Amino acid sequence: MNLVLKIWRQENAEAKGKMVEYPMSNVEGDMSFLEMLDVLNEDLINKGEEPVAFDHDCREGICGTCSLMINGEPHGPDRLITTCQLHMRKFNDGDTIVIEPFRATAFPIIKDLVVDRDAFERIQQAGGYISVNTSGNTVDANAIPIEKDKADEAMDAATCIGCGACVAACKNASAMLFTSAKVSQFALLPQGRVEATDRVMNMVRQMDLEGFGNCTNTGACEVECPKGISLENIARMNREYMSAIVKG
Amino acid sequence: MGALIKSSILRKVVMALSGLFLVLFLALHVTINFTSVFSPDLFNELSHFMGYNPVVQFLMQPILILGVILHFVLGIVLEIQNSRARSVNYVKFKGGANSPWVSRNMIISGLVVLAFLGLHFYDFWIHEITFKYVESNPEDPTRYYEETVQKFIPMWRTVIYVIAFFLLGMHLWHGFSSSLQSMGWNNKYTASVKAFTKLYALIVPAGFIIIALYHHFNHLSQ
Repeated sequence: MNLVLKIWRQENAEAKGKMVEYPMSNVEGDMSFLEMLDVLNEDLINKGEEPVAFDHDCREGICGTCSLMINGEPHGPDRLITTCQLHMRKFNDGDTIVIEPFRATAFPIIKDLVVDRDAFERIQQAGGYISVNTSGNTVDANAIPIEKDKADEAMDAATCIGCGACVAACKNASAMLFTSAKVSQFALLPQGRVEATDRVMNMVRQMDLEGFGNCTNTGACEVECPKGISLENIARMNREYMSAIVKG
Repeated sequence: MGALIKSSILRKVVMALSGLFLVLFLALHVTINFTSVFSPDLFNELSHFMGYNPVVQFLMQPILILGVILHFVLGIVLEIQNSRARSVNYVKFKGGANSPWVSRNMIISGLVVLAFLGLHFYDFWIHEITFKYVESNPEDPTRYYEETVQKFIPMWRTVIYVIAFFLLGMHLWHGFSSSLQSMGWNNKYTASVKAFTKLYALIVPAGFIIIALYHHFNHLSQ
C-alpha cells in the first residue's frame, strides 16, 4: 500500500520542531509499524538524509520502550498493544498517518520521536520497591499466604510496563495511572503494606514535582493502556493517600 | 493550604467533596422549586423558611457560597496547571477515541454554569439581601411565588436558564461519578452507582428546565 507519513522532526531538545511529510510506497500489511519506520529510515539513509529517531527495544510488547502518538492515539488505533505490536494491515492504501512523540512537559523531547521518560524512573525510585533483608535471612515470598483475588489484582497492576501511554493519552498529561499501578502492586500484598504509608506519600510527591497534570477521571489512560491497567488503581491510590494523611 | 496547593490528590479530593456538596444542594433546590409548579402556597412556605431560618441563612448559606467558590477557583487552577503539563500541543489528538467530550471539557460547562450563577445571584440573592437588609422590608411569606414567576416572563432569561441547565447536566454527567472515583470509591457497586449518577444528571437539570418553561408558558397562557 502507499501511504503519506507526517512525522514530527526535531533536531534536539532546544530546537524548534516541525511536521515533515514522507511518501511511502510498497508498504506490506504484515510489517509492524516499527518495521515500516525501519524501511523509511533505510530510504533516508540511502538518500543521505538524517533517519527518524524513535524508541524501540524488545519489539514484543513487554519492555515499554516504544511509544509514538499515531493519528492522535498513543500506540495507534488498536487496543491493548504497544506500537511494536501494531501492524500496517490496520491502515488503508492512501492513508495519511500523523506520527508524533508522546507529549508532556515532564517528558521532554530528546530528538524527533524520542522523549525522556526518566520522570517515571524517579517516581519509581521514590518508593516503588520494598525494603528486603538480603543478608541471607529473607523469608520465601511463597511462605506468606495471599488471597487469590488480591494476588491477581497485584499482578494486574504489576503488568504496567511504564511506557507512558497513559500520560500521552491524558488531556492533562497526568501520570496517575502509572503511579497508581506501582503503588497498588505493593499496597495489595502483605510485603508491601509495611512501607505503604511512606510509599504513597513519596511517590505522589515525586509525581507532582515532575510537573505532570492533575487527573480529571476522563478514563482515556485506561482505554489506551497497552496492558489494560484499570482506573481502580487510581481509586486505590487515592484511598491509600487519604489514609496516609489521616495517619499522619 | 500549602499541602492543598502542592498535592494533586488533595486538590482532587477537595474538588470532589465540594462537588458532592453542590450535588446534594441541587437536589434540595430542585425539589423546593418544583413545588412552585403545583402549589404556590407550599412554595411560598418553603421559600420563606429558607429565607429566614437562621441555620439556613447564617450556617448553610455561607458553607454553600464557600463550596461554590472553592469548586470554581480550584477548577480554574487545575485547568491552568493541566495546560502547563503539556506545553506543546499535539498536531493531532483523537480524544474522542478514548473519552467522552463532556469529561474532557468540564471547564467549558463549568464556566457557563459559573456565568449563569452570576445572573442567578443578581436575580435572587442580591434581591433578597436588598429586600431584607438594605430596604429593611417587613417579612412577607406570600411574595416568593409571584417574584419567581415574574423572573421567567422574559424569553431571554428563560432561554439562558435552559442553556445553563443543559450545560449543568453535562457537567454532572461526568462530575458526579468522577467525584466518587476521586474519593477512592471504585468497587463492585460502581456500575450501578454510575448509572444512578447519570440518571441524576438527567433528571435534576431537566427539572429546573421544566420549571422555567412551565412558568414562562403558563404566564403567556394567562
